[in-house]
Amino acid sequence: MLVVIGILIKILVVVGITQGAVAYMILLERKVAAYSQDRIGPNRCGSNLVLPGGFRLNLPFGLLQPIADGAKMILKEDVIPSYVEKPLYILAPAISIIAAMIGFAVIPFGPVGTQAPSGVNFQIAPGVDIGIVYVFAIGSLAVYGVILGGWASNNKYSFLGGLRSSAQLISYEIPLGMSILGMVLLAGSLDLNTIVNYQDGHGLWLTRWLGLPAWGVFVQPIGCLLFIISAFAETNRLPFDLPEAEQELVGGYHTEYSAMKFGMFFLGEYLHVITVSYLTVILFFGGWDAPFLNQIQSDWFSGLLKALVLLVKVGLMVFFMMWVRWTIPRFRYDQLMDLAWKALIPIALVNLVATAAIVELLRSSH
Amino acid sequence: MRADDPHLKRLTPPTLTISEKFFLPQIAAGLAVTAKHMFGVVFKDKAFTVQYPEQQEIQVGQPVNLRTSAVYRGVHRLNKDEQGRVKCVACMLCATACPAHCIDIVGATAPETWPDREKYCESFVIDELRCIYCGMCEEACPVEAIELTGLYDLTGLSREQMIFDKTKLLSVFDVTKEGEPMRFGQPPRPEITPPTALAAPDTTATNP
Repeated sequence: MLVVIGILIKILVVVGITQGAVAYMILLERKVAAYSQDRIGPNRCGSNLVLPGGFRLNLPFGLLQPIADGAKMILKEDVIPSYVEKPLYILAPAISIIAAMIGFAVIPFGPVGTQAPSGVNFQIAPGVDIGIVYVFAIGSLAVYGVILGGWASNNKYSFLGGLRSSAQLISYEIPLGMSILGMVLLAGSLDLNTIVNYQDGHGLWLTRWLGLPAWGVFVQPIGCLLFIISAFAETNRLPFDLPEAEQELVGGYHTEYSAMKFGMFFLGEYLHVITVSYLTVILFFGGWDAPFLNQIQSDWFSGLLKALVLLVKVGLMVFFMMWVRWTIPRFRYDQLMDLAWKALIPIALVNLVATAAIVELLRSSH
Repeated sequence: MRADDPHLKRLTPPTLTISEKFFLPQIAAGLAVTAKHMFGVVFKDKAFTVQYPEQQEIQVGQPVNLRTSAVYRGVHRLNKDEQGRVKCVACMLCATACPAHCIDIVGATAPETWPDREKYCESFVIDELRCIYCGMCEEACPVEAIELTGLYDLTGLSREQMIFDKTKLLSVFDVTKEGEPMRFGQPPRPEITPPTALAAPDTTATNP
């Protein structure tokens, strides 16, 4: 009973925090956009606020903008056009957001396993051996929301968006899956905790010789690059946001959606960004590993510190994804397919074979 | 034009260099550019944003040459002459020229004390919401009585508020006369060439 309550509390905390984080990510995204275009961005909401009781509040950076945005989404008229496939039309945003949220079940938000402080677990569903496989399976479900939304809208632009999304998914799931296999081979496990522990360790002779930590980005640089590129495609973000390509497809798959249904697609996309950022950091940037933190430390304080380190790294990754979005123009559809099938998949294969050979050599030399 | 026409200019798409084919160096260069801009805005205050209602590039009554454009066509004004009387002579030329039909003038016989004109405008109403700010009224006006000013922040809470009557239009003149002096102090008199000069036969021309 106590366990169930604990898990429920954990779910509530995670859902609450991630939803809030998504709201503020939208503000961050707008700020990054503004700054990279020599503008200031939202700065009014929260400044010069007069609260009841004559208390004045002056928040910088438009910090209350997310609340205004959220209220707008909820209060807007929810238009359902007469020509849509109503059941699927309503189902699509739900699938999109549910798929994005249940991915969080196995994401470790802080140290787990041997490094975890006793009595606390930063994972909603701890001890899932095939954590990565689960996240990928759920992550690819999110695309059903896009495809169904595009189909059910009964609109050519939405349909084209959905179509593009399905083609993109088929192309990018393969390099995405293969890019992590190198890391899995090196660590010898699909368990996210084991992979982080490996990165906390001493790594290969090359990284040792260069004095670098055994982070995935150093022991598997090509795998890391492939993973990040595929992750951009997986989350439908620029330069691979072809399903919504505003300039060509009006709004793409969410052209016919309004109010909170549109908001749910939005939420799903940003939740997906958080999931992918967590995965990137855990697989390739050392997870909660920091130079001043020791693997053996497992008290409460260092546990929280490790969770904080992970959070900072994830924040940087999210910022990087936004930075890239406001830098690179969108790929053309044929270029996207070229990149996936002619470049990423062969490179991923070569990387996988080479890693397997090296791991085998290392094992036999022991 | 035929496909084998010698005048046909053939263009080949630019070939990518190796670093361009790999995308990554180019992407890194692009990231550096946006990073530079972000750094500039955050740490060096280089944003182009003007915080509009608090900060205005154009102030009411600011001299014309300090404004962004000296020929901007904003709110109308009715000019006054030296004695403070409205210059309009109710000739209806502006109302006739107006393509949006937004000017409504009621003329009346000028008082005895105004010897320079027969009529003056009793009421002069412009619907600022109908107006398309083309400036044809000021072009049509023979006495330079109506002019478009540089005021651009024209707002109101109702349609009625946006219908400007004579008093309002004259008050716009009072507000803007410092910054934007009337283009002509006096109504311009066209130079009258004597008809004889035109009719006189050209004596220098020789008959062929």
